[in-house]
Amino acid sequence: MNLTLRIWRQSGPDQPGGLTAYQVTGISEEMSFLEMLDTLNEELILRGDQPVAFDHDCREGICGACGMVINGQAHGPERTTTCQLHMRHFSDGDTIDVEPWRSAAFPVVKDLVVDRSAFDRIIGSGGYITAPTGSAPDAHAVPVPKEAADLAFEHAECIGCGACVAACPNGSAMLFTAAKVVHLNVLPQGAPERRGRVRSMVAAMDAEGFGGCTNTGECATACPKGIGLNAIGTLNREFLRGGRR
Amino acid sequence: MTHHPQDEYVNDERAQDEYAPTAFAQYQEGDPIADTKAPAGPIEGRWDQRRFEARLVNPANRRGRTVIVVGTGLAGGAAGATLAEQGYRVVQFCFQDSPRRAHSIAAQGGINAAKNYRNDGDSIRRLFYDTVKGGDFRARESNVHRLAQVSVEIIDQCVAQGVPFAREYGGLLDTRSFGGVQVSRTFYARGQTGQQLLLGAYQALSRQIAAGNVEMHARTEMLDLLVVDGRARGIVARDLVTGQVRTHLADAVVLATGGYGNVFHLSTNAKNSNATAIWRAHRRGALFANPCFTQIHPTCIPRSGDHQAKLTLMSESLRNDGRIWVPRRPGDTRPPAQISAAERDYYLERMYPSFGNLVPRDIASRAAKVVCDEGRGVGPGGQGVYLDFADAIERLGREAVAARYGNLFEMYQRITAEDPYQVPMRIYPAIHYTMGGLWVDYDLQTTVPGLFAIGEANFSDHGANRLGASALMQGLADGYFVLPATLADYLARTPGAPVAADHPQIAELEAEVADRLNLLLAVDGDRTPESFHRELGELLWNECGMARSEAGLRRALERIPQLRAEFWRRIKVPGVGEEFNQTLEKANRLVDYFELAELMCLDALHRTESCGGHFRVESQTADGEAARDDEAFAYVAAWEFAGPGRPPVLHREQLAFEHVHPTQRSYA
Repeated sequence: MNLTLRIWRQSGPDQPGGLTAYQVTGISEEMSFLEMLDTLNEELILRGDQPVAFDHDCREGICGACGMVINGQAHGPERTTTCQLHMRHFSDGDTIDVEPWRSAAFPVVKDLVVDRSAFDRIIGSGGYITAPTGSAPDAHAVPVPKEAADLAFEHAECIGCGACVAACPNGSAMLFTAAKVVHLNVLPQGAPERRGRVRSMVAAMDAEGFGGCTNTGECATACPKGIGLNAIGTLNREFLRGGRR
Repeated sequence: MTHHPQDEYVNDERAQDEYAPTAFAQYQEGDPIADTKAPAGPIEGRWDQRRFEARLVNPANRRGRTVIVVGTGLAGGAAGATLAEQGYRVVQFCFQDSPRRAHSIAAQGGINAAKNYRNDGDSIRRLFYDTVKGGDFRARESNVHRLAQVSVEIIDQCVAQGVPFAREYGGLLDTRSFGGVQVSRTFYARGQTGQQLLLGAYQALSRQIAAGNVEMHARTEMLDLLVVDGRARGIVARDLVTGQVRTHLADAVVLATGGYGNVFHLSTNAKNSNATAIWRAHRRGALFANPCFTQIHPTCIPRSGDHQAKLTLMSESLRNDGRIWVPRRPGDTRPPAQISAAERDYYLERMYPSFGNLVPRDIASRAAKVVCDEGRGVGPGGQGVYLDFADAIERLGREAVAARYGNLFEMYQRITAEDPYQVPMRIYPAIHYTMGGLWVDYDLQTTVPGLFAIGEANFSDHGANRLGASALMQGLADGYFVLPATLADYLARTPGAPVAADHPQIAELEAEVADRLNLLLAVDGDRTPESFHRELGELLWNECGMARSEAGLRRALERIPQLRAEFWRRIKVPGVGEEFNQTLEKANRLVDYFELAELMCLDALHRTESCGGHFRVESQTADGEAARDDEAFAYVAAWEFAGPGRPPVLHREQLAFEHVHPTQRSYA
């Protein structure tokens, strides 16, 4: 198929950016969206132009590196990561808009590449269980009810891609933060730091410039791992509980 | 005197004349490796003994000692967090935008540990035995035994961190059996065990970053190693955002940069995984061990065309219920439903009646190649075989099949748009792990003092073949438990004399790295890095992939230097060095792939036996099984870089099997 791409080009964080149109031809339905961009980049390199910069790594939907806004939707029309979106979901002659994640807390590095290090700082503020190497009791010392383990797992699946922030009209990181709080707070191992964790993480989230949640729910719709909006409810409850003395 | 078949390539005038244009088609004999630093005595007590003999660094002095850790996967993340907890100053690097994205995250299956929670006869001794045997008797016993010992502590550590392993209704950990072993020792978190273990290590590391104990440099790639007075004292790294190249100094350097599977271009590795850190360390004096030991996974989704960027692995548990077949007649392109049972060849069931579709990874992979080479492959390009669930669905019902494999079927359908409930899956083998890597002693130290290699970056524990669910175990064993003990010993014995920031070697090394990058930018040719990578990868896959022959390896050794020469004439890299430039990153990684590819082929050529993942067509039993030659090849081939264009030097580490007696595998 032949497509028109309108791609956000921006040479650096403080540079002006804009959409540039490109024609790509001979695109196969079997290609992933990123393979389609690879094809464009090969042509751009041979022409001596700057290829389109975008983050990507595992290309199997688990590392969380890739992510772009495709036709206004984070990761495009399917509920998956950009690397697992295939061109069969588009039609010959389509015009596709491709933009970076848009959020004040995710400044553009170049083209479609953004700086998501704010996420790392939120985790560093409390998204862990303090368990220095060597200090652990036997793994069976504390049984964990299966329901708690499953709930923890379902929230630990977050890949930190940032689609939730990109999809949110407020640029909120509540779903990301909530996923980690639920993962750790439902486990007995996470109980001792439960209150401090949620307080620190919410403070870090606010300090990074992410917006607040207004229950729009776009985050959960965009999440490629299916983390549900309930997590934010739990986060709020944990926060209120954590604030009590 | 015993005749070693590999001798003919050494100092042979005919070989020299014929293959003179290729630097690596010959090699020189070096001194054998006499001491691996493993303590003597009963194998069960060696690790305890080593830890007791290791010197300690006074807690008050640790803050003054800086350790560089390159990579943030299971090994690097675990090591960085643990060293920082112990009080050392850690400076850590990853090329990804966050330490949470290292490729350990993609591991699906699970992690082995000799917990014996099932009371099914497992023990440290049995895990040790299985690993040595599974490695086809090319691993070092002392290291493997330690790995099995440490495995039990890993699970404790990860549970304490909040890793959400699968559990049973009683609240205890669930396990499954994996990779053909007879005990149930694999702990897992659905099909995302690597992700969960990595996030555990990442969170521990994040805590140390926030506490100021780890100075984290994301989006920064190591491009060279600084060796001063014979010791590793730092690295030269490029900030991938600004393009700035600068030196970071330390008292010791730890490489946790993963494997080199991407030399094949198409592999299950992440796109940016690369060999530059280990190869540059090799060029600075670290021996490279068993480069030809690469592992191929039989159940990957086949390539769909030339645009293919990478291959996706599907858990090999699929072979428990799927039946593998191809059409009997070459060139039969009818849809599978129109091919009757009589016209199908269930070749694994035919060739290996007792194991059928469950033969080990290497055998299943080679058999797929053979039928595809006969023109009987299916799908685009004929590079695929069917994995058919029709019988399983009829026998068990669709629901039962969905319960077992639903998520895998979904993944397959997402990528191929074919419904595996209706039409057979197509699968093909792909490279996914490299057992070879930097040679390390028992302390995980390379032959450059102060340079350590952990995880997949070293060669140590898997011999010629890695067992399923053992990569995660080794990465975390090295990072959490082994390295922190042995590194302390090194630091305690080495004076903490700083390297002056204006040391002449620093400017020299930075200039050398800058020259290489500038040269790549200056060629301004007419071929992209991707096109060269694809060509090198195809060559290597054909000649040094699933089956290797003398003729094929010699062809590759002739072709690679030509391709490299063409690369330096025709490569095109737009832009400049002082900016975010992904084309430059890729081109620079390719420079090292060319040399590494040659060493892999040379290693494969010299090892005229078959063992594990290394299959020489000249060395097979009557039923097509790999034929080992323990007399000639029960050694680790550790290669020394002798300078550009000079034949590498082979150092042999003879392997002694005192506890596990070598036997020949048979699956017929």
